[in-house]
Amino acid sequence: MLGESHIRELLENALRISPADETEIVLEAHDSALTRFANNTIHQNVAEVNTEVAIRVVLGKRVGSAITNRLTEEALEKAIGEAVALARLQPENPEFPGLPDPQPVEPVTAFDEAVAGATPEWRARAVGVVCRLAESAGASAAGALSTGIYELAVANSRGVFAYHVGTEAHFTTVVMCDDGSGYAHRAAWRLADLDVEAMGRSAVDRALRSRNPRPIEPDVYPVVLEPYAVDDILSWLGYAGAGALAVHEGRSWMNDRIGRPIMSPLVTIWDDGRDVAGLPLPFDFEGIPRQRVVIVEKGVPQGPVYDTVTAAREGRYSTGHALPRSRPQMASLGPIPLHLFMAPGEATLEEMIRQVDRGLYITRFWYTRLVHPRDCVLTGMTRDGVFWIEKGEIAYPVQNLRFTQGYVPALAQVRAVGKERWVLSEGFGFTCVPALLLEAFTFTGVTEMPGN
Amino acid sequence: MKELLERALNVAQLKGASYADVRLVHRIEQSLLVRNGVVQGISQIEDMGFGVRVIADGAWGFASSARLTPEEAEQVAARAVQIAKASALFKKEDVDIGPPVVQRGTYRTPVEVDPFTIPLEKKLEILLAADAAMRGVKGIAATEAEMVFLRERKTFASTEGSWIEQEIIESGCGIEALAVGPDEVQRRSYPNSVGRHQMTRGWEFIEECDLPGNAPRIAEEAVALLTADPCPDTVTTVILGGSQVALQIHESCGHPIELDRVFGTEAAYAGTSFLTPEKLGAFRYGSEVVNITADATLPGGLGTFGWDDEGVPAQRVDIVKEGLFVGYMTSRETARQLLRLLGPSPYVTGLSNGTMRASGWNRIPLIRMTNVNLLPGTWRLEDLIADTEEGIFMDTNRSWSIDDKRLNFQFGCEIAWEIRGGKRTRLLKNPIYTGITPEFWRSCDAVCNVDYWVIWGTPNCGKGQPSQLAHTGHGAAPARFRNVRAFSRK
Repeated sequence: MLGESHIRELLENALRISPADETEIVLEAHDSALTRFANNTIHQNVAEVNTEVAIRVVLGKRVGSAITNRLTEEALEKAIGEAVALARLQPENPEFPGLPDPQPVEPVTAFDEAVAGATPEWRARAVGVVCRLAESAGASAAGALSTGIYELAVANSRGVFAYHVGTEAHFTTVVMCDDGSGYAHRAAWRLADLDVEAMGRSAVDRALRSRNPRPIEPDVYPVVLEPYAVDDILSWLGYAGAGALAVHEGRSWMNDRIGRPIMSPLVTIWDDGRDVAGLPLPFDFEGIPRQRVVIVEKGVPQGPVYDTVTAAREGRYSTGHALPRSRPQMASLGPIPLHLFMAPGEATLEEMIRQVDRGLYITRFWYTRLVHPRDCVLTGMTRDGVFWIEKGEIAYPVQNLRFTQGYVPALAQVRAVGKERWVLSEGFGFTCVPALLLEAFTFTGVTEMPGN
Repeated sequence: MKELLERALNVAQLKGASYADVRLVHRIEQSLLVRNGVVQGISQIEDMGFGVRVIADGAWGFASSARLTPEEAEQVAARAVQIAKASALFKKEDVDIGPPVVQRGTYRTPVEVDPFTIPLEKKLEILLAADAAMRGVKGIAATEAEMVFLRERKTFASTEGSWIEQEIIESGCGIEALAVGPDEVQRRSYPNSVGRHQMTRGWEFIEECDLPGNAPRIAEEAVALLTADPCPDTVTTVILGGSQVALQIHESCGHPIELDRVFGTEAAYAGTSFLTPEKLGAFRYGSEVVNITADATLPGGLGTFGWDDEGVPAQRVDIVKEGLFVGYMTSRETARQLLRLLGPSPYVTGLSNGTMRASGWNRIPLIRMTNVNLLPGTWRLEDLIADTEEGIFMDTNRSWSIDDKRLNFQFGCEIAWEIRGGKRTRLLKNPIYTGITPEFWRSCDAVCNVDYWVIWGTPNCGKGQPSQLAHTGHGAAPARFRNVRAFSRK
């Protein structure tokens, strides 16, 4: 860990030597480790220490950037020189609103010494418990357990300086047994919130119960979605349409729908980078404090999130959702919500299952891809446990299905929302999401292995 | 830097490693992006560091750092050994990487013109011209033009005595036009979608792509698609354009032949494979016109290099021969596992075929596609269309999804045309086709000839935890498939 005072000194020195009209420096430092297992044994075990410094310089309305992972004074001076040289070559960008002025950033504490101090031996033992659970059940576990420290600092020549240090721990496992499989995943900044053994038990149990799946015809069915599947829905809604650039370009599911009810009144979605219930990051990559932005209120889209560029177009303030601007490709994405929450309901999973006469229980979605941006139409597969529900009870496992479904119309079909929420990080950023009961979900294919 | 590498190897051995290798990687990436007539950014990324991979107590460990000092090399090597010993707490058997591999040499991507010698003004001039040409078409809402250049210098050294220095150079470019109607959004891309096409070539590749010359056509197509008829819901003959065939190879052949996936080590993330070992040499993957190779020696391919990141020389390997599945992509460790499982045969040697690559100094090498190619057939595209009574010609990928065993796929394309009476007729929007991998490849009855064959570059292939993006190549020409389920959403 570099620490705030060292980073501040480094960045202030770099700002001092920059000859540009304006300069912004974003520093990201990682000290992370990951233990990976498969076939009930550890097969990959890695650690990394890295720091990346992204420099953006402004000459009038010309912007150039350079990135280096070397922290010496010479390396930073070289990177600044490269950024200035690149800026000089550019035509003016009339849209560039200038670097932001400083705004007070209230710090958020999300640092856990237990995560920071996690050793390879600790990770190996935690993973070993899951492997033994699987082995004793005649199953095979695969997955990864990671722990790490992340530091982000943003400084600019207008006086912005923002610093955050946080810890992160992630665990994922897929347990396979014959033709059955189960899954578990969570993310947390506190080690105490990551119960690896309980997740292992859950995945083993799901793998055993999903064996001997029966074939089922693709059709439109009511579905109970575990939070893993809901994570996918929220992640795609955020990535593909909840940013202002997508709305400006007419490719968002929100276009022409802001203020109109398009989802169930049970659906409320917001982004909050400051909530310690998730994995907080209190400011964005321009150093702007992240605001809590309500994206959907009781089924009604309220509007997207903004960075300084998209906000300036509308004469408003950034909501603190800029991605790193020093990589030109990020400009194609625009601002994106990375800390999405969905309001909980009152139902338990069992209560939701009891409301279904004939339908499916889905553990999670896999390899989902955007088919069409309007309605946020996705295709993907189910995975790691699909069950037929008959007369309010789980009846038997069924084979995996392919779906092709608009996520916006799917959320118009919400009949119940779970009261428990999980913090998950399998999509873009993280989500904190409940289970859902949907009236209708469209499945379009099944998997069959042909003979030779 | 020689001292750093040698110190890392020495310390690893002193701490108890039975094998160690170290990779020092220095990468420079230059990106230029123009959107809607405005230069959104020009950036230069410099990234440098080293990673130490060891076997200690019969298990793997890896540690890496960007701090390039001999002292850090010692610490990182010691950390790698500590991690390996932690891995060994739950090992089932000792890692076996087979006989030593001792290689010494250098490799440099052959380029006609080093792209880093071309002035940025010239690069911007092309991007701005292409962008303006797209925006000149009425109905276009957003445009994008991009170039990326990469230079990666890496040194590999191992305790077995290998010392290899390589310099890989890549050039990539692409344009996109977005048309927006009252209830429809359509995107067209050139030469390929998802940003760009990329090769291990120099500036000559960018000039050959002729972005400004192709810009008006793709913009006009995007606008025309807004009012096109939707692709019908039908079972029909489908002809895929070359870049879509490349995507089809990547997802439904390239990934399932990765032997680490087959052995389950990617199960929790990338998935496994339907091509299980007992199928090797015995499974009909495709029709007799389907011949697939993994070839890291192809000039210009994005998966072309001198040695992989285990120090194994680049090779050409048969994967599917006249429809029969005959080969995997292997590493030193998985090649030995396969040998123990199946015994020696014409398809099983116990030696790596050189496909282990890491996305950077801070990642371990994994089995990654090199250039996985569908070898050219005999047809001219015009003859193939003329020979098709009824069908759909689809081109340029828009969406891709496939199950965790790489069987059930559904791919969407940007554009399609109906074929009737051997002629390309009306434009169709939102085309999607779906199928089961071996059924689909068995239905392939024609592949276009070498005149249509392009080594398409995929610079964004995800795999591994922590995640890695690999650069892979796919030689492909348009090909015809029978009895394919096609439809449209929206």
